[in-house]
Amino acid sequence: MAAVLASPLTAPLGVALVWVALLGPALCALAVLLLRRRAVVLVADVVASSVVLLCGVALLAGVADGGAAVVTAGGLLRVDPLAGYLLVVVGAVALTATWGGLSPARARSRRGGRYTALVCLFLAAMVLAVVADDLGVTWVAVEGTTITTAFLVGFAGGRRAVEAAWKYVVLASVGVGIAFLGLVLLYAATRAAGDPTLSWVRLVTDRPAVDPTVARMGLLLAALGFATKAGLAPMHAWLPDAHSQAPAPVSGLMSGVLLAVAFGAVLRIQRLDAVLLDGTAVRTLLLVGGLLSLLVAAVLVVTQRDVKRMLAYSSIEHMGLVAVAAAVGGRLALAAMLVHLLVHGLAKASTFVMAGRVLAVERTTTIADVHGLVRSAPRVGIPFLAGAVTLLGLPPSGLFLTEAALVVAGLRAGYGWAMAIVLVLLLVVFVGMGRAVMAMTLGARPEPAGPPEAVAAATEALTAPLVPVVLALTAACLLVMATPLAGTLDSVVAVLGGAP
Amino acid sequence: MSSGDASQAVAVLAGLELLTAVLLAWRGPASSPRGPLAVQGFALAGLVAVIGVAEGEPVLWLVALLVAVLKGVVLPTLVVRRPGRTARPDPARAAVARPVVRPAVVRGRSRVPLLLGAAGLVVVAYLAARPVARVVTGATGQALPVGFALVLVGFALLATGRRSQSQLVGFLVLDNGIATTAFLATGGVPLVVELGVSLDVLLVVLVLQVLGSRIDTAFGAGAPGGTDLDQLRELHD
Repeated sequence: MAAVLASPLTAPLGVALVWVALLGPALCALAVLLLRRRAVVLVADVVASSVVLLCGVALLAGVADGGAAVVTAGGLLRVDPLAGYLLVVVGAVALTATWGGLSPARARSRRGGRYTALVCLFLAAMVLAVVADDLGVTWVAVEGTTITTAFLVGFAGGRRAVEAAWKYVVLASVGVGIAFLGLVLLYAATRAAGDPTLSWVRLVTDRPAVDPTVARMGLLLAALGFATKAGLAPMHAWLPDAHSQAPAPVSGLMSGVLLAVAFGAVLRIQRLDAVLLDGTAVRTLLLVGGLLSLLVAAVLVVTQRDVKRMLAYSSIEHMGLVAVAAAVGGRLALAAMLVHLLVHGLAKASTFVMAGRVLAVERTTTIADVHGLVRSAPRVGIPFLAGAVTLLGLPPSGLFLTEAALVVAGLRAGYGWAMAIVLVLLLVVFVGMGRAVMAMTLGARPEPAGPPEAVAAATEALTAPLVPVVLALTAACLLVMATPLAGTLDSVVAVLGGAP
Repeated sequence: MSSGDASQAVAVLAGLELLTAVLLAWRGPASSPRGPLAVQGFALAGLVAVIGVAEGEPVLWLVALLVAVLKGVVLPTLVVRRPGRTARPDPARAAVARPVVRPAVVRGRSRVPLLLGAAGLVVVAYLAARPVARVVTGATGQALPVGFALVLVGFALLATGRRSQSQLVGFLVLDNGIATTAFLATGGVPLVVELGVSLDVLLVVLVLQVLGSRIDTAFGAGAPGGTDLDQLRELHD
């Protein structure tokens, strides 16, 4: 596998792959809108995700382990190991969410085409955010993810969905707007230093002598703004609403990969802070935001009554862990953080997809109203339980190892007190979420009841494909054991400044 | 244009932006935000044009035109338009539409605290902008705090706005503030970014307009300026 992953990538092929990853999903959206065939509407988002995953794997293989970064569009787009890795995360998680979320009924419905087209455009926006080297273009793409997901969050219609969509768009746009103000200040600082640029790689390699006060203001605001979109507390208020009201596959995409994409922008800003200044400002922001996210998640997971909101708070918890790992820094913590992003994405997308099927079968997402799923609907209950257990970090979940690695790295780096807080809060989340999931899945089978009109949706949920969920959860458990990936991870870590 | 002329023009246009921001904070729930927003947009476009002349950058003329059309005409018009009612005149829907209910007493708060708050925010903006103004050369540095002030006033409007329209106005003032800061501090971000940002802002406002009309439908309100957003309490922990 190492030999395969280390295969060289010629420059024209690399450039072509970047454009295919970027335009593939956009063309899928176009095909849906122009053709309007049921089969196209059904599978276009799965095709788009597969294209992104394949291009991502090929690009990562080409640029990792000493390969040169792929640069195109006059330097606006650039795939380095970090971008390649995030492309793989986007593709893998999106494939899980869209394949698991295949719904012939939705494809037949009047708004099915709009749904699939928006999902494809959402994917294209995330790919652009990942492969953009110019931070201004990254910003435009991150704002683009808000625009494309706005109607997906409100897709179900009704008061709750439209309320969630409104709050999501207002809070996310304002948060990301603050990031743009930060980028403007950064640009002003580089302009005063004689070389105006927002190109990440130029800033990292040229290290212009910027005015420290202005640059620090800019980088802090930029990190804060992108962290809003990454769901870090205390800027997380939109997340539980949006992620619980969106259709299940979209929740899986937003929780599993949009947060990671936004966090990728935060990582780039953190690297700039380390290179241009001393790196303490953004590191402190990430440490405080990460611990606060864990605290918010711990408090609200324990008292949660809705399963999709519980999963949304679990995402805040995991983003908190990722932020703490980024703050700790160094080779071990950064590698753990990268694997954590991928494994969490796979497990969260699977669990959200299964939560959608729980909703279809049980017609409720209230935790207290669901019992004995493993016995009453094993095809839904068992994978849901498996996904939740993976998220909780029980072995053999990959998250067990990444969390352990984070704590070890934190202790070594002198963050003992922070690691103590992390462990306590993780335990609280574990107990709270574990109790809710066990009550839903284990125990006696309830009396079957319900109006007949819901049977069609339940039948679709009970016969929907399990392969993507099984694949994703298997990968979530086995990926950390794949030692050949270590070299690839090292090149990604090197981009972030963690010396191998 | 001498640097003194440019400096004066920048000061006047920035002052106009600040004045319109305060007017928007002061306006009652019944008055339309369209006029002040349009003036603010044109003042920003004028600012861009002046910077373009002062720095000899012809590309800024193009940007000024874009800003004038987008922020002076399109966005202010969009904010006051209710797409659910005017865009698709559906007779069946019109028949069942609720009559516009105007409460006998318009439920408005005193604007004095908001005005005092805006004054305080301007002071904060002047303090916050000092380090940035230090690194800006040319005629624009002295007006830079106005950009910060617009951002803060926009924030305040967003946070205190009770109707969908007031929140949209706050968002636009915030966005104008960021744009003002960008032009004053950097002479404008690269053109490709500027185009992307403009498109994003336009799309966000369109999305919020559609969502606002859906909120009106879902929560059944016909008050001017959209539904009282305090009603949005279905989701909480």
